[in-house]
Amino acid sequence: MAKSGTTVYLYELAWILPSIAIPVGMLAALTVTAFGAGIHLPSVAGRVSPTRVADTAPFDHPGVVQVGPGRYEARMTSQIWAYAPNEIRVPAGSTVTFIATSKDVIHGLFIPGANVNAMLLPGQITRVTAHFEKPGEYPLLCHEYCGIAHHTMWARVIVEPRS
Amino acid sequence: MPAPITVRTAVQTPAENRLTAAFLAVALVALFGGAVTGLLQALDHAGVHVPGQGVFVKSYYQSVSLHGVLNVLVWTTFFISGFMPFLMVRALGRPLASLKLGWLTFCLMLGGLVIAAIPLVGNAATVMFTFYPPLKAHAAFYIGLTLVVVGTWLVTLNMALTLRRWWADNPGRRTPLAAFMSMITFAMWTIASLGLAAEMLFMLIPWSLGWVGGTDPLLARVLFWFTGHPIVYFWLLPAYTSWYTLMPRQAGGRLFSDPLARASFILFLVLSTPLGFHHQFTDPGIHQGWKLVHAFLTFAVFFPSLLTFFNIVASLENGARARGGRGWFAWFAKLPWGDPSVAAQVGAMLTFAFGGIGGLVNASFSLNLLVHNTAWIPGHLHLTVGTAVTLSFMGITYWLVPALRGRALWSRRMALAQVWLWLGGMLIFSNAMHRLGLMGMPRRTHISAAPYMTAEWKALLPLVGIGGTLLFISAMLYFLNLALTVTASRRPCAGEVLFAEALSGPDHAPVIFDRWKPWLVLAFALIALAYGPSLVQLAATTPLDVPGLRVW
Repeated sequence: MAKSGTTVYLYELAWILPSIAIPVGMLAALTVTAFGAGIHLPSVAGRVSPTRVADTAPFDHPGVVQVGPGRYEARMTSQIWAYAPNEIRVPAGSTVTFIATSKDVIHGLFIPGANVNAMLLPGQITRVTAHFEKPGEYPLLCHEYCGIAHHTMWARVIVEPRS
Repeated sequence: MPAPITVRTAVQTPAENRLTAAFLAVALVALFGGAVTGLLQALDHAGVHVPGQGVFVKSYYQSVSLHGVLNVLVWTTFFISGFMPFLMVRALGRPLASLKLGWLTFCLMLGGLVIAAIPLVGNAATVMFTFYPPLKAHAAFYIGLTLVVVGTWLVTLNMALTLRRWWADNPGRRTPLAAFMSMITFAMWTIASLGLAAEMLFMLIPWSLGWVGGTDPLLARVLFWFTGHPIVYFWLLPAYTSWYTLMPRQAGGRLFSDPLARASFILFLVLSTPLGFHHQFTDPGIHQGWKLVHAFLTFAVFFPSLLTFFNIVASLENGARARGGRGWFAWFAKLPWGDPSVAAQVGAMLTFAFGGIGGLVNASFSLNLLVHNTAWIPGHLHLTVGTAVTLSFMGITYWLVPALRGRALWSRRMALAQVWLWLGGMLIFSNAMHRLGLMGMPRRTHISAAPYMTAEWKALLPLVGIGGTLLFISAMLYFLNLALTVTASRRPCAGEVLFAEALSGPDHAPVIFDRWKPWLVLAFALIALAYGPSLVQLAATTPLDVPGLRVW
C-alpha cells in the first residue's frame, strides 16, 4: 500500500510536465488565432471630458458617416437609458468602426451577432471595428447595469441588402 | 504495516471555538439572505413574479445587489475569517496569539457589515457587489465594506503572530501544512486587497462624502479588479486547504504529496494578483499589449490549479483503494459517499473542473468577446464561488458545526439529499446560463422586462427558474439541518480535527518552500511588472472629473 518517495516523485513529474504543456499549448493557439484572425480588443483611443461630450467632436454630431468605399464610422453617445443614434443603417458588406462614449454612468456596447463587445466609460473613447456581411437587424444592447431601466436600453444596427 | 495516520491536536481550545462560531453565524445569516434573493431572481427569469416581494426589495436590481454582496462578499469573508484561524490553531496545537485581537476583529467586521447593510437594505446602494462608479451609493456602504477589509488584515496579523510564536518554539521544523496554507491564503489576500483599499480610501469614500467633486470609472475599475480576481482565490484557497489537509483523511487515505501541495500554494501567492486586466479586456483606455500580458499570467495560474486537481484526485484514489477500490476508474465508487462532508467536497471539486475550463474561455483574450457581461459569466461564477467554494464550505460545516457545538449532525440523510440537490440544481441552472450567454443574453439585466427578449432565450429561461428553485430547496434543507443540530441534537460529538498524513511528507519539500521572503518579493515584483506602468500612468494623468449619479 505505502508507496516510496521515489514513486510519488515520478507520478508528480508525470503530471507536472503536461500541466505546463497544456496551458502553454492553449496560449500559443490563442495567440495565433487572435492575431491570425486580426481580432482586436478595445485599446487606448483617447479621452473626452465627461461633462462636455455634447460639445466635443465627433460626439457633437452623433450619426453614421461613410469614410471610404464600404467603410463607415458610427459616432455614438450613450446616456441613461438610450443611445444616439438609436438606429444605424449600413449596406451589407460594410466595415463599421464604432466610436462611442458615455455621458453619465458606465454603459455597454454589445452586438451579439457581430462580435462587438465593449464598455463605454465616461471620460474614455471606445473604438471597435466590425464587419457586417449578412443583411438583417442586429440588436445592440447595453450589457452593463446602469440603473433602474437598464433592461430598456438598446439600439439596432440594420444591415440592408446590397442594391 | 501501515503507518498510523491519525494526527490529534493536543489542546482543546473552547475560547477560539466561540470566536469561530461567531464568524460562522454571521456567514450563515448572509447566505440565507443570498439564497432568498437568488430564488426571486431565478423565478423572475422564468417569468414568475413572487407577489409581496416589494416589501423587501424595491427592484430586481436591488435583489441582485443583495444577492451578490451577501453571498460573495459576506458569506465567504466571514466564513474564511472564522475557519482559517481555527484550522491554524488546531494544526499548530497552540492558542491564537491574541484572543482579544480576535474579538476586536470580529466586532470591527460586524460593525462594518451593519454600516454597509443599512444603505444596501434601504435601496441606497443598489450598485451590485462590484459597485462601479459613477453609480453613486451612500457613503456608509463604502465605509462599511472598507472596515470589513481592514478587519481581514487584523486576521492576517493575528495569524502571523501565532505562527511566529510556533516558529520560535519549533526551530527547524516544517510548518504544518494546514497552518502554512491558512497563512498563505491571508498573506495573498492582504496583498491583493491593497487595490480595493486604495479605490475606497482615495476615490469612493471622499467622493461619496462630497469632499471631492468627481471620480474616474476606469481608474476605479483597474483598482477594483486588482483585488477582484485574486478575491476568487481568497474564496477558493480555504476550500483547497480542506481538500488537501482534511478530505484525504475523511476519505480513508493520505495526502498524495505534501511538497507538491506547498508548491501550488506558493504559486498562488505569487501569481494570484497580477492578472486582473482579464476582467477588463473590453475596457477602453488600457493598452491591448498589457491585456495580453495579463492573459498570459492568467494561464500561468492555471498551472497550480492543475497541480491541485492531480494531488487531490490521487489522494482520493489512495483512500478509495484502501477501502477496497479497484481498476482505473472503478475505485471512484468506493469513496465514502455516505459521508455528506466528503460527498459535498468531491462534488464541489468535480464541478470546479468545468468552472476552470469556462474560466479559461473568459481569460482567452479574443474568446472573451463572446462571453463578457453575458449570462455566461454568472453561469461560470455559480460553478466557482457558488459550488466549488460554497458547497465545499457547506461540506466543512457538516463537521465543523457539530465540532463547535459538541453535538452530532442532526441528519446525515438530509445532508446527503442537500448535497445532491445542490449539484443537480446547479447543473441545470449553470448549463442554461452558459447557453443563454452564448446566445447573447446580457447578465445583471431584468430580462423578463426587456423589450429585446428573443424566442430562443425564452425557451431556455424556465430552466434557470427550475435550477434556482432546486438550489433554494437545497439551501433550506441545509439551514434546517444546522439549526436542528445546534438546538435539538442530543448525541455528543468529540469535536476532534483529524489532519491527513502524506504519502510524500513535508520533509521531502525543499527548504525554500518554508521561506517567505523570496516568494513575497517575487509576488510584489510580478505585480509591479504587470500593473506598474499602466497604474502609474493612469494615476498620474487621470482627472477625477466624472460627477456620478444615483439612478435606481
